[in-house]
Amino acid sequence: MAKKIEIIIGGSGGQGVVLAGQILGRALAYEGKNVLQTQSYGAEARGSLARSEVIISDDKIGFPAVRKCDILVAMNHEALNAYLNQLKDDGILIIDETNVRETPKTKVKVYKIPITETCRKMFGEATYANMMMLGALTKITKLVSSKTMEKAIREVVPTKTLNANLKAFEKGQELI
Amino acid sequence: MPIRNEKRCHKVSSKTFFWQGNEACVEAAIVAGCRFFAGYPISPANEISEYMAVRLPKVGGIFMQMEDEIASIGAVMGASWCGVKAMTATSGPGFSLMQETIGWGFMTETPCVVVDVQRVGPGTGQATKAAQGDVMQARWGTHGDYSAIVLSPNSVQEMFELTIRAFNLAEKYRTPVMVLTDEIIAHLREQVAIPPLEKIEIINRRKPNAEDKIFFGLENVAPMPSVGEGFNVAVTASTHDEYGVRFTADPKVHRRMLEAINNKIKKNVNEIAEVETHNVDNCKVGIVSFGCTSRAVYEAVEAAEAKRIKTGHVRLKTIWPFPEKQIRLLAESAERIIVPEMNLGQLYYEVKRVACSSEVVPLNRIGGGEMITPEEILAEILKGE
Repeated sequence: MAKKIEIIIGGSGGQGVVLAGQILGRALAYEGKNVLQTQSYGAEARGSLARSEVIISDDKIGFPAVRKCDILVAMNHEALNAYLNQLKDDGILIIDETNVRETPKTKVKVYKIPITETCRKMFGEATYANMMMLGALTKITKLVSSKTMEKAIREVVPTKTLNANLKAFEKGQELI
Repeated sequence: MPIRNEKRCHKVSSKTFFWQGNEACVEAAIVAGCRFFAGYPISPANEISEYMAVRLPKVGGIFMQMEDEIASIGAVMGASWCGVKAMTATSGPGFSLMQETIGWGFMTETPCVVVDVQRVGPGTGQATKAAQGDVMQARWGTHGDYSAIVLSPNSVQEMFELTIRAFNLAEKYRTPVMVLTDEIIAHLREQVAIPPLEKIEIINRRKPNAEDKIFFGLENVAPMPSVGEGFNVAVTASTHDEYGVRFTADPKVHRRMLEAINNKIKKNVNEIAEVETHNVDNCKVGIVSFGCTSRAVYEAVEAAEAKRIKTGHVRLKTIWPFPEKQIRLLAESAERIIVPEMNLGQLYYEVKRVACSSEVVPLNRIGGGEMITPEEILAEILKGE
């Protein structure tokens, strides 16, 4: 593992990017990684640009914000436009194909996944797209085991929707 | 790593947790003995209220959502006089509303903790975005002559530690204590190591003996009775003497009481004012920082030292009372002192006042919650080269 891995998960308010970051951060902490997670959202509860950042490091983490990231997850077009310039040249880009109008010309490794569309087909709504994204992210990056991720999901999401969230997470891994 | 594996809201055990700053604040308050919280919703302090609403009833405490911030701080003061450790949490606009009653707390020597999670102001500003613009409000927000204690955490771990310290200082010195944090630290999630609870020092206010008659205005802090204990004492923010009797025109009583209320803080600056220092006595460039901005300073200092520039850093864990001694020490060594802060210059003037032999340089950033980056601080360090 490199000395420091920085991740940005971007989307619109309501897509659950903050929750996704929180679960990823928690899972990494369970595996003994030195980890920090932040969130940024607008004053509007829904629709404005939201992002969550996760920093993993071997050392104590100083500056708690990401300037250049190794992994960018764009859950919609606006997030892709806003954060693509922060992705390192050798980074990984994960796009929710459903919400992105066109894939940018870039040298980075791109994963286009129809996350929201698959989620709608499975559940009739896009609510669990964030968990599906986490499934894909886990499979692609292997930063954390899927078992630990499931443990974190169990502890964070409400009991009522736990099964759906876990199913979505599993499906996300299958999409890769 | 042993991390709390239950869902939210369970008792803190002596382990490591992955907490949000606001969550750490709540757990710390409960460890410190806080059993009353009154507040009114405001971003970015809301999680404190939310966690408190869940946690306090489970430990026999009371959570009240009030009609506004004025009522919230009033309820906190009332709870404290009922013998309960009490706290509220808010952000800039709510903090402004609370100021009159915080002054009531200074005058009546009421222990309590007020958490201000700073956001962009003035006015409604940018409700969800970080800033550090309340440095002076936390010190001078209410009217009159008083000495405030204001603590500033820069990590989730420290949010835990300094919230406990805030309660301890409030109880020890019988005074409102402010935890001045910001949206970045409040919403950050990090690992927090909790020591065995029995090893955490908890201070409780001194209680009076049955024959005691003096409850106010002592430099060594008067004992504090509670409502219902039969001490028959008036608690008034009008000028009062040591017995609690009002003297609304007598200059001597006012001067005597205010001297005591201020001296109990001023004479204990060395104990109250905590700083973290790095290379203060052997540096060319110095930096004074606090809160989230100090996290960028760590990286900037490291980068500057890699370029063989001796860089000193004083990080204020206590902003008020201002730790003059350490700033003077830094000024003896540093030719230039940089003060980065997410406002248009507040701490800067205080550093300039104390470090008059050095060139003091402000580095400011406001709006959008954007932090001052390590690169920007490094560039400022290198300007002197």
